[in-house]
Amino acid sequence: MTERAFTISGLAATVAGNQILNGVDLEIRPGEVHAVMGPNGAGKSTLSHVIMGKPGYEATAGSVTVDGVDLLSLPTWQRAQAGLFLAMQYPTEVPGVSLDDMLSNSFQAAGKSVDGLAEALTAEADRLAFGREFLERALNVDMSGGERKRNETLQLTVLKPKYAILDELDSGLDIDALRVVSRRVEAATNEDGLGVLVITHYNRLLSELKPDQVHVLAGGRIAASGGPELAVELEESGYAGYAESDAA
Amino acid sequence: MNERFSADVLDGAAGLTARPGRAEAAAAALTAELPTTETEEWRYSPISEPDFVELLDGLQPALTAPSTDAVARVREASDAVLGRFESIAATVLVVDGFVVDIDVAPGWAAKGLSVEVEENRWINELPVEPTKFDYLHQAFSPGPLVIRSIGQVAVTEPVVVLTHHDRPSTLSCPHLVVEVAEAGELTVIEFQSSAPEAGVQLPITELTANNASRLRYTVVQENGDDHIQIGRQLSSAGGQAALTSGVAAFGGRYLRLRTDSRLVGRGATASLAAAYYGDDQQVHDFRTFQHHEARDTKSDLLFKGTQDDSSGSIYTGLIHIHPDGAGTNAFQTNRNIKLSDDAWAWSVPNLEIENNEVHCSHASTVSPVDDDQRFYLHARGVPPTAADRLIVAGFYDEVLSRIPSEAARGRVRELINTKLDRRSRNQPAEG
Repeated sequence: MTERAFTISGLAATVAGNQILNGVDLEIRPGEVHAVMGPNGAGKSTLSHVIMGKPGYEATAGSVTVDGVDLLSLPTWQRAQAGLFLAMQYPTEVPGVSLDDMLSNSFQAAGKSVDGLAEALTAEADRLAFGREFLERALNVDMSGGERKRNETLQLTVLKPKYAILDELDSGLDIDALRVVSRRVEAATNEDGLGVLVITHYNRLLSELKPDQVHVLAGGRIAASGGPELAVELEESGYAGYAESDAA
Repeated sequence: MNERFSADVLDGAAGLTARPGRAEAAAAALTAELPTTETEEWRYSPISEPDFVELLDGLQPALTAPSTDAVARVREASDAVLGRFESIAATVLVVDGFVVDIDVAPGWAAKGLSVEVEENRWINELPVEPTKFDYLHQAFSPGPLVIRSIGQVAVTEPVVVLTHHDRPSTLSCPHLVVEVAEAGELTVIEFQSSAPEAGVQLPITELTANNASRLRYTVVQENGDDHIQIGRQLSSAGGQAALTSGVAAFGGRYLRLRTDSRLVGRGATASLAAAYYGDDQQVHDFRTFQHHEARDTKSDLLFKGTQDDSSGSIYTGLIHIHPDGAGTNAFQTNRNIKLSDDAWAWSVPNLEIENNEVHCSHASTVSPVDDDQRFYLHARGVPPTAADRLIVAGFYDEVLSRIPSEAARGRVRELINTKLDRRSRNQPAEG
């Protein structure tokens, strides 16, 4: 039996013909929180996009598996159905499409019942201090940056994936919202065994959502890994050292 | 066209009352050529293509009122539509251009809602450059259906008009006139349908909102597959009047609508919206004119369409600010989603400004389903066909919100879903 894990090994990727990732290795087990930090342009967002299969991002080597299922051979929607969730840095506006419509379709594609979906949405919205009025709106339309991030978190908690990538979830959130969202994600790691890959530029999120491991992405690969103390260290010294080692 | 359209046939036409100009118009129609795509206003239109010409050649005009059997059949079919409304001020049935039934709620009749056929009222003013179709309408249209509010009554329940083209290979010329008295209010919802066989309909709709009145008109068109409709909508809004026009076009082989919206009084506003969806070989052809003839007027046009299979659409629009149109706000937006490589869409917005104190904008797009929207839904586990379906249905929300009747909105949503169901069935299975 395959060991349960979200495994990225030797992942290389190009965007518009440019090599951005040069062999990324990560392994996240159920219930763990891993943080990937790095300077601008290190390939943090490319990592999340190529794993989810965004058009224009091409994996050229390596593999990504979720509990043994090879993701790179699947279309995006099946990667999601395999148990992976991506909370996007810039959630897209989808006019005229409600949260309920989207999630119902996702549940139906998984062969799951949609009974109780509306109740789950209101319960989770309350838990995230996300106004119920937002549940009626079209996806991300007329929402502030912070509201969109709560909306992403809401979807994560209702879809209940095995693993989640949180791409710059902290951008656009004020400190109170950051705390609420972080606690909710942390609860999911404890209650549901959710494994989390947090992509962030700053330590701010990590003071709320405690990582088990911190990785530095520089030059398209994992340049260093360590415990939570690494994030603190990076906050003080910056990424300059990694950028140099990358150039060498 | 042929001898079946000559002025002689008018003599024996039981359904068409004698009126000045009929015979002359019939004679002019017979000799007028079909419009060609060389005329700006008919550019891109397929009307002069051989299969259309052949169809037009085989037509005959609807000269008599439909049979009682036909009326009974149409009435029965209309129950489903009428059942959507919680309350109705009046119901009218029009078959092959002939008004066959009028039912006005007595309360509204007493308050000042008038619904009747006015034999002596017809469009005696032809457009500056009349086409064959304008002459045909003038020659062969029965007396128009005139819906008006008298006095300052606000008719808070809708008038529902069911317009059906029944007889195959005939030409019918319905004529609807809606007029709201000063400070009055009136809502008219029209449902157009036809038999599946080929026929041609030339509807003319005149909407007049007098000073400080409110006129809301919506037409939901679900004609049969081979039906051809070439229509005109003429609207006029007086001082401080608010006019709303909504068009939902889903059926038929070819649907053309020219709308001339005139804002003639200071502070008049017009909201003009359309939702259309073509598949198979359908062609939608819209020509819109927004005329700002008075100060401080506002028009806001939003036409949204989808083209699938080898269907096509044409949108050309003109905002015309007349010299007296200072303080005008005019907007014109046409957006199209093209779902297949073989589908086509022309979108040509235009401005003609004769006064500089104005604010105008126009926008037009023809594009496939948005990749980022797709990716967002796919990343949530929604399969591609379902995702496109959600996005396309959602695309119309902005137009639907402008249709002032939940019953009409509900029907339009169903029509969109019917199109999308057909599309889903034609998509390859998703593994």
